[in-house]
Amino acid sequence: MKIKSPKDFWAGLMFIAFGLFFLFVARNYQMGSAVRMGPAYFPTVLGGMMAVLGGIVFLQSLVFAGPKIPKMSFKPIFFISLALILFGYLLKPLGFILALVIMIFVSAFGGHEFRAKEVTILAVLLIIFSVLVFVKGLTLPFPLWPAFMS
Amino acid sequence: MDMTIFSNLALGFGVALTPINLLYCLIGVLLGTLIGVLPGIGPVATIAMLLPVTFSLSPITALIMLAGIYYGAQYGGSTSAILVNLPGESSSVVTCLDGYQMARQGRAGVALATAAMGSFFAGCVATLIVAMFAPPLAEVALKFGPSEYFSLMVLGLVAAVVLAHGSVLKAVAMVLLGLLLGLVGTDVNSGVLRFAFGISELADGIGFVTVAMGLFGIAEIISNLELKDEREVFTNKVTNMWPTKEDWKRMWKPILRGTFLGSALGILPGGGALLASFGAYTLEKKVSKYGHEFGKGAIEGVAAPEAANNAGAQTSFIPLLTLGIPSNAVMALMIGAMMIQGIAPGPQVMTEKPQLFWGMIASMWVGNLMLVVLNLPMIGLWIKLLTVPYRILYPSIVVFMAIGVYSLSNNPFDVLLMMIFGLLGYIFVKLECEPAPLLLGFILGPLMEENLRRAMLLSRGDPIVFFTKPISAGFLIASIVLLIILLLPNIRKKREEAFVEG
Repeated sequence: MKIKSPKDFWAGLMFIAFGLFFLFVARNYQMGSAVRMGPAYFPTVLGGMMAVLGGIVFLQSLVFAGPKIPKMSFKPIFFISLALILFGYLLKPLGFILALVIMIFVSAFGGHEFRAKEVTILAVLLIIFSVLVFVKGLTLPFPLWPAFMS
Repeated sequence: MDMTIFSNLALGFGVALTPINLLYCLIGVLLGTLIGVLPGIGPVATIAMLLPVTFSLSPITALIMLAGIYYGAQYGGSTSAILVNLPGESSSVVTCLDGYQMARQGRAGVALATAAMGSFFAGCVATLIVAMFAPPLAEVALKFGPSEYFSLMVLGLVAAVVLAHGSVLKAVAMVLLGLLLGLVGTDVNSGVLRFAFGISELADGIGFVTVAMGLFGIAEIISNLELKDEREVFTNKVTNMWPTKEDWKRMWKPILRGTFLGSALGILPGGGALLASFGAYTLEKKVSKYGHEFGKGAIEGVAAPEAANNAGAQTSFIPLLTLGIPSNAVMALMIGAMMIQGIAPGPQVMTEKPQLFWGMIASMWVGNLMLVVLNLPMIGLWIKLLTVPYRILYPSIVVFMAIGVYSLSNNPFDVLLMMIFGLLGYIFVKLECEPAPLLLGFILGPLMEENLRRAMLLSRGDPIVFFTKPISAGFLIASIVLLIILLLPNIRKKREEAFVEG
């Protein structure tokens, strides 16, 4: 077996996996009949169709040549994801302002170059703007500071 | 044409011209232009980002602002296409071809003015077209039963596949994945919790704002960070804005053709600004006697697609307002916005909420006027913005998206989910699977299942019903024909060429 089109190879596998996943999980629900469709009916049909399509894409990738998958860059993936998770889970314990500081600095590490001074200025401006617009203006119920300080 | 259209438009302007609606229309079109100018952030991510903010507004004000973002982005997209040779908006891809060449010849100002005037003219005509065609269509749609709706959605999804780049099979699979993800949460019919795995946050399903921001916003940022950002901006070359007599003579016909082609392509399910601009450029290249100048700075190559993308952006509201069916990812978000506001999208909106319906149409004309009046003098400001490096821009976008998604239910889970969809979106990009069909499927999933169930219940389980009702059969036959055409080898090749050309 030789992979001629890596993009289609992996896309096909992905669709097969998703299709089978939904098919498999839907088995826990009631199927019903065509007249009275149970909760499993529609997802089973769709999941089956998707697995079949994925299979075709997969088989095609062994026959027809296609482009390679471009290189993945893990640096932005890592820092952007980390920035989001930290913001989400630190907002309540640390407050809006500190969570923003962390998010801005961590996400800035994901770029090509990190200029500390520039990021600091950006962080100050963004925090002032966000506090004024989201907390004061739109009255989103975010604590501004850590719980132990207020 | 009967006179009610004028009384309806008068009602609409009465709504659109109230101070609060004017203000939000202005905010919408300015924001739209801003994100249109800036490459790397599109209307889908922006509208998704702003949806939570619109909770506090009245429905009409919210929709006016969100609509303004979409057509405003068409104006802004042309600015960066002409000045930097970077499409700020996907629908401005073809404007780069001739617009940037004009800029290199020192005619950036003329190109910008042509784009703005073409867009304005198209905007005015498209407003009238929406006003004329929406009511009769809504009347037809009122007679639609579940089988017609189901078949119409099938057609809409197939059309989304037509528009996707690359492999048809992969696009269909993306639609299916979207439909399935749309089913996560409580099943309305049985009350069974599906695909939630005991996560209480998933009981109400996955929020489409979360999905849209992840797939379009986060994934886009990660992809952009791979590229070095290099821009050559023609800042000092924007001096003379006024087209010469010769320019006028050459541009009015392309604007006219672009407007009408764009309006027609915008109405089609799966249509919108993108299809319109590609179609208009191709048509113009064929019919114009200056066809040989295309790609070398022909003014027609700016006028026609710019008129068309604005016309298409506006007429794509017709299927949304009359049928409640989104024709592209932005319209899918508009449906979401309506549902958040407690309005069930569909043909009944026009009769039950005429202020909303006509107010939105009137606001489109008002917004276009604002755009043309404000944009030309503000070009200088937009140019300055283009020089803002991406390393400053993207942390700001991350911040706004995170705040927006967190505020949906005040829960970090949504931020996590957005991140997961961002990673998924990035993988999709790498594997050449387009996310737009997925988003459409995601919005339509529950609606489709509901209509399928009802239709099958009414027909006592006989699927032939979809083919015995004439309207439903028409939609399905159109979908099947479209799919077959797409899978034919030579058409497939042509389609790939068309996308490569852009």
